[in-house]
Amino acid sequence: MFRKPKRKLYFLIFVLPTLAAFLIGFVYPFFDGVYLSFCKFRTTSHTTFVGFDNYVQAFKNEGFIHSFWFTVLFVIASVVLINLIAFFVAYALTLGIRGSNVFRTVFFMPNLIGGIILGYIWQYIFNAILQNYGSNLALDAKYGFWGLIILMCWQQAGYMMIIYIAGFQSVPHDLYEAAKIDGAGKGQLLRKVTLPMMMPSITICTFLTLTNSFKLFDQNLALTNGAPGVVSGDGTTIYQTEMMALNIYKTFYANQNSRGVGQAEGVIFFVIVVIIALVQLYFTRRKEVQQ
Amino acid sequence: MAKVVAKKKEKTPKKKQTLGMKILTVLFSVVSIFYIAPVFFVVMNSFKNNGAISSRFFEFPNHDSFIGFQSYIKGMLYGGDPFWKTIVWSFFITIGGVFLILICTSMCAWYVQRSNSIVCKIIYYFCIFSMVVPFQMVMFTLSKTADTLDLNTPWGILIIYLGFGAGLAVFMFSGFVKSIPIEIEEAADVDGAGPLRTFFGVVLPIMKPTFISVAILETMWIWNDYLLPYLILDKSYKTIPIHIQYLNGSYGHTDTSAIMSLIVLSIVPIVIFYFACQKYIIEGVVAGAVKG
Repeated sequence: MFRKPKRKLYFLIFVLPTLAAFLIGFVYPFFDGVYLSFCKFRTTSHTTFVGFDNYVQAFKNEGFIHSFWFTVLFVIASVVLINLIAFFVAYALTLGIRGSNVFRTVFFMPNLIGGIILGYIWQYIFNAILQNYGSNLALDAKYGFWGLIILMCWQQAGYMMIIYIAGFQSVPHDLYEAAKIDGAGKGQLLRKVTLPMMMPSITICTFLTLTNSFKLFDQNLALTNGAPGVVSGDGTTIYQTEMMALNIYKTFYANQNSRGVGQAEGVIFFVIVVIIALVQLYFTRRKEVQQ
Repeated sequence: MAKVVAKKKEKTPKKKQTLGMKILTVLFSVVSIFYIAPVFFVVMNSFKNNGAISSRFFEFPNHDSFIGFQSYIKGMLYGGDPFWKTIVWSFFITIGGVFLILICTSMCAWYVQRSNSIVCKIIYYFCIFSMVVPFQMVMFTLSKTADTLDLNTPWGILIIYLGFGAGLAVFMFSGFVKSIPIEIEEAADVDGAGPLRTFFGVVLPIMKPTFISVAILETMWIWNDYLLPYLILDKSYKTIPIHIQYLNGSYGHTDTSAIMSLIVLSIVPIVIFYFACQKYIIEGVVAGAVKG
C-alpha cells in the first residue's frame, strides 16, 4: 500500500497531525513530569535537581498517606457494590421482564451528567436530608464517604449494567440447553455456565470501576472538597474525605513551595494505577474461558 | 434488501410474566423513581426562592415560594460571565475536539496498522500506555506546555484534546482496522486509487460503526471534563463544568436558585443528546468497554 518513494509523504499526511498533538499533549508532559518529580521548582524555568528528596517528603506527608487509605477503602467498597448491583440488575433485565428497556434507559442516564454537576446535585440533597438531624456533609467524614459511595453507585451502576447485559446476551443458548439436558438446576446453571461465560465482562467491569474509582476527582471536589479537615499533631490540616487525585491537586496548587512534592505524588499515583491495572488483568484473564 | 433485514429484527415474542418477574417489574419501577429523583428535585427547586430551597428542599413550590423563571433570568448573568457564552464555548470545544479526534486518529490508526514499521509500533504502544496514565501525573507540565505554545484558547485546547484523547481513539480504530480484510484495500490499490482515496473512499465507510462509538465516548468525556480545560484555558473562557464549579466554589453568599437553574440548563442538552442517540450511546459504551 505505502510504496517507498512516497512513503514519507503519506506518513506526514496520515500520522503527523495525531503524532504532533500526542507529543505535545502527552509524551512531552509525561517525561517532563517524571523529570520534575526529582526537582525543586516553582515555575519550570527555575529547577534544581534534588534526587529522591521529593519522594521522601511525599511519603512523610500525612495528608497524602491519609488520602491513600481513604481512596483504598473507597475503591474496595465502590467496586464491590457497583459490580454486585450492576450484575444482578443486568441479570434481571435479561430475563425479559416488562419495561426492561425503560429501566435500562433510566439506569444509564446519570452517566451522561458530568462529575461536577452530579457532585453538586447530591450535595444539595444530602445536606437537605442531614439538615433535619442538625448536621451537614462537611461535619462528619462518614457522611462524605457514604455520600461518595451512593453517588458513584448511582452513576456507575448503569454503565456497568450495559456491559453486563451485553455479556449475558452473548452467552450461547445451546450451552444452557446442553446443561439442562444433563440435569443442571438453576443454581448450577448460574455457577457452572453463566459465571464462567461472563468472566470477560466481569474482568472489564472490575477493571473499569477500579480505575474510575481510583482516579475519581470531579465528584470528590464537588461533593465535599475534602471536608471535614482535622488539625493533626504537627499543625497540618488533614482533610478526611480527600481522595488521592484531589490531594495531589491541592498539594500542587494550594502551596507553590510543595510543587516538586506534588509532582512526585503524581508519579507515585501513576505507578499505583499501573500496578493495579497489570495485576488485575493478569489474575482475571487466567480465569476466563476460551470461547 | 434493507426491508428484509428490518423484518428479521422484529422483537422476540414476549415472554410470559411469572410472579417473580412481576415483582421485579414493580421493584425496578420504584428504584427508577429514586433514580430520577435527584434530577427532579433540582428542576423543582429551580422554580423556588432561596429561602424555600434551604428550609424546605423536598417540598413542591407553593404560591409563596414559586418564583417562575426569575431564577433563570438571574442565572443567565450570574457570576459575571453571561451563561450563553459558557454554553457556546462548551459546544465549540466538544464538537471541534471530537471532530478533530475522529479525522486525525482514524487516519493515524489505519496507517499505523497497515504499515507495521517500528516507529508505528512504538506509537501504537504509547497510545495504549497513555490510557492508563492519570491526569494528575501530567496536569502541571501539560498546562505549562500549553501556555508556552499559546494553546490556552478554545482553538488551542482542541489540539490538547487530540493529543490526550488519541490513546483511546487510536486503540479503538486500530482494533477495527485489524478486522478489515486487507484484500479490499489491495483491490482499490490495483485499480489505481492512492492511499488517500483508498482511505476516504473504501476504509472510512467501513469504519462507520467505530466512528460512532468513538464519537460518543469522546463527546461524553470532553463535554463533562473539568480539570483539563480549567487548568489550560485562559481565565476569560469558561466551559459549563468550570462555570458551575466557579459559582459554587466561591466563598460567601451564593444564589442557590440561580445555580439550580444553571444546573438544569446544563443538563438539558445532555438529555436531548441521550434521547436522540440512545441506541448509539449504548452500543458505543459496549464497544468501548470490550476493547478498553
